[in-house]
Amino acid sequence: MKPILLKGGRVIDPSANRDEIADLLIENGKIAGLGSVASREGADVIDVTGKIVAPGLIDVHVHLREPGQEHVETIATGARAAAAGGFTAVCAMPNTDPVTDNQAAVGFIVKQAQDARAARVYPIGAISLGQKGQQLAEFGEMVGAGAVAVSDDGKPVISSHLMRTALEYAQTFGIPVADHCEDHTLAAGGAMHEGLVATRLGLRGTPAAAEEIMVARDIILAELTGGQVHLCHMSTRGSVALIRWAKDRGVVVTAEATPHHFTLTHDACGGYNTNAKMNPPLREAEDIAAIRDALKDGTIDVIASDHAPHHYDAKERDFDDAPFGIVGLETALGLGMTELVRRGTLTLPQLVARMSTEPARVFRLPGGTLRTGAPADVVVFDPDADWVVDPSTFRSKSRNSPFAGRQLIGQVELTIVGGTMVFNRASAQMGSAQNADVAR
Amino acid sequence: MTVAGSRSALLDARAIKRALDRMAKEIISLAGGSEHLVLIGIQRRGVELAERLAHLITEKSGKAVERGALDITLYRDDLETVGPRPLVGQTHLPGELSGKCVIIVDDVLYTGRTVRAALDELADFGRPSRVGLSVLIDRGGRELPIQADIVGKSVDARRGDRVDVLLQEVDGRDAVELVREAS
Amino acid sequence: MALSLGKDLIGLEELSADQIRLILDTAEPFKEVSERAIKKVPTLRGKTIVNLFFESSTRTRISFEFAEKRLSADTVNVASSGSSVEKGENLVDTARNLESMRIDMVVMRHPSSGAAQFLAKRIRSNVINAGDGTHEHPTQALLDLLTIRDRLGRIEGVKVCICGDILHSRVARSNIWGLVKLGAEVAVCGPRSLMPRGIEGLGVKLFRRIEEAMEWAEVLNVLRLQLERMQAGFIPSLREYNRVFGVTVERLARASRKLLVLHPGPMNRGVEIDSRVADGEQSVILHQVTNGVAVRMAVLYLLAGGNPERAEAAKGQGSSREGAE
Repeated sequence: MKPILLKGGRVIDPSANRDEIADLLIENGKIAGLGSVASREGADVIDVTGKIVAPGLIDVHVHLREPGQEHVETIATGARAAAAGGFTAVCAMPNTDPVTDNQAAVGFIVKQAQDARAARVYPIGAISLGQKGQQLAEFGEMVGAGAVAVSDDGKPVISSHLMRTALEYAQTFGIPVADHCEDHTLAAGGAMHEGLVATRLGLRGTPAAAEEIMVARDIILAELTGGQVHLCHMSTRGSVALIRWAKDRGVVVTAEATPHHFTLTHDACGGYNTNAKMNPPLREAEDIAAIRDALKDGTIDVIASDHAPHHYDAKERDFDDAPFGIVGLETALGLGMTELVRRGTLTLPQLVARMSTEPARVFRLPGGTLRTGAPADVVVFDPDADWVVDPSTFRSKSRNSPFAGRQLIGQVELTIVGGTMVFNRASAQMGSAQNADVAR
Repeated sequence: MTVAGSRSALLDARAIKRALDRMAKEIISLAGGSEHLVLIGIQRRGVELAERLAHLITEKSGKAVERGALDITLYRDDLETVGPRPLVGQTHLPGELSGKCVIIVDDVLYTGRTVRAALDELADFGRPSRVGLSVLIDRGGRELPIQADIVGKSVDARRGDRVDVLLQEVDGRDAVELVREAS
Repeated sequence: MALSLGKDLIGLEELSADQIRLILDTAEPFKEVSERAIKKVPTLRGKTIVNLFFESSTRTRISFEFAEKRLSADTVNVASSGSSVEKGENLVDTARNLESMRIDMVVMRHPSSGAAQFLAKRIRSNVINAGDGTHEHPTQALLDLLTIRDRLGRIEGVKVCICGDILHSRVARSNIWGLVKLGAEVAVCGPRSLMPRGIEGLGVKLFRRIEEAMEWAEVLNVLRLQLERMQAGFIPSLREYNRVFGVTVERLARASRKLLVLHPGPMNRGVEIDSRVADGEQSVILHQVTNGVAVRMAVLYLLAGGNPERAEAAKGQGSSREGAE
């Protein structure tokens, strides 16, 4: 493995409060030095003047569909999509087929991820066997095999008793319990946000209350148990207010928001655009404003993509029957730069914190830092590059994005995982897309 | 988008009056009196002409003449090629047509397609003993084997010419004019 | 340029007031066609129309079929049970199949909102929405508008209250769009549990009690209450619904005005409307049914003739009636 010297970039490392022009030396898979490094014998020297050098992005919420729906995404394609989006690590949700609810299933994901040689993939185990909401899965064995958290994502944990038990039991292993907050009796049949747009389109709506009721419950259970609850994909202003209240009380609660929930409103569902069908649904302008504020003040800790690939014809049907979710790995950074940094909601270091340092802290993952000796998980991106989203160029196997044709600012140049270049836009654009990224 | 062309008068108000007078007489003679006569105007200037002819015939015979109006839009053979032609006029026919002498009245006879459509439509309403055709202007250029029984004036118009029949009731004045596009 | 409806009729939300008036005006002469001894004109001769019903409907299907046959179109009826698994998967394939059979028009009823637009975007044939989920049912609203105009001589300024299960009603949505665009004052009345959120955003007033609605309105459009709403927990019982929201003779008598009562059918006598009201002199329900055929003939006619591309292609062939003949 040749050393890599990134010269002349703007190095942003929120873990050390660093934001300066500096050179970064990577050696033996680790961060070897930061500052003014003239040269290094045998190193690949890359001029990154004008670019941002930051700890690799970490996405704590993705769906990689393997095992079960390999025609939609695999761990390998998902990991490559992640690398192309600047992510050096992603956490894979367990709603696969079969469900990732045991040691062997977790081990399978770890193995597939190693073979992919792209972004790191950390498995999340199921809370309940088969995500059926009844019997606890073996947290200990799954953590032993590499799981970093537990979640029944895709489904809410309906039983308050089960949620309480999970929050208590998870403390032995020091892992967060991530919940998809949805009162299914209120949300049942809902295809989008309940409001004027749903009324016009004649679609069943899911009220904001369906999320907020479960957020409130989870907060109360977290306070009761002292466990860490991680609230997935927060979408409403009410949820933000509840989390703020909980954090003020010292409850151990962390939360994430997706780029689509800080960018799009329910208006995007107009014309029955199935690529705007998500769960939780796209909400209103006031909700977007609240989520942006929460990302600014830390009420919401991390940005996660909820990358949810679907086959091309799955969204090619009427709105009620189309599945929820969109791919997000390859647009997350661009949306963060365009919608949050350019609009002045977050500074660049704050965005890096929400997409790297904070996810590492919340899920206790390696990375999220450029300290000497840390694993060399690094992203280099051009903060000024203008580009237009073209799903046909995605590394992901799926194309279901509501952002097709949207102009974004901020584009990934290099992604380095453990000292290995796993994505390089320059060589990718020269045509050797797949192999050049991972080889070397 | 009409290119200004030459416009020449074919009939003035007095000539129209004279033509209609003669046509009324011919209609009475064709129908063998006015007893079984029904005048049916084709929307929309045909309706006005039928109205005037009925008035003239009543003056001469002293009896009221039955009248009807026919809108042939729904019987056209070129619905999709003429594009949206939204407003369909009213069709109303007086009672039973069987045994009657029906005279179709229109302003201009040209290709014959309108009359073809009118005959089709009429057939759906009953079986007159005789159907005649009376037009104010016959401009030639037939595309179907149809001839008028009674003609106000025959004109030799070229393809591309337009014959405008203007009537007091609709247009504010009586005149028939030939419009020839500048070429 | 002459006003046209475009390729499809999906909903009244997309139409302008002028387009809605055009349909109503065009329906007038078609009323007369249905009064003839031979109730048939050759306007759509040679056109093939598929009536694609993924949801059972007797009256709408029959009304469309009469309209099509009276215009001499060739019609094929396709009824599908539309099980929840089948319907989604089949719609794309259905569209492709129809396209391959070179049909001219599709009249579609479908249980999913947006299905008509979905189909319209994927085929070149004209698509007429005969009801999609809880989205729109434009021809029903058009016939309601025509009936109100027939009876009151105008729509602008008329106070119309739509009563009942607004939440699940495509008829209500289409009526609201049509009435608001033509300048009527519109209100809705029903249990709050059957009112969609944000309905005021469509420009309507809200009445909690049917008595207040009746005092305000000149026209009541009474919606059908589906039995399933009780099972789904939206209302406690049909009996109570009738007591609180039913349009009864007694309530009508207490209103200070003589109200006109419409109902899109099929009626639940004794639930949302009493038999004596339905059969009484204030009811215009059968007039609505008659107007349904005329309105649908008008829509078929306008869409068939309203293809500007074909019209453009055929220009200059010299058989135009424009002023010359």
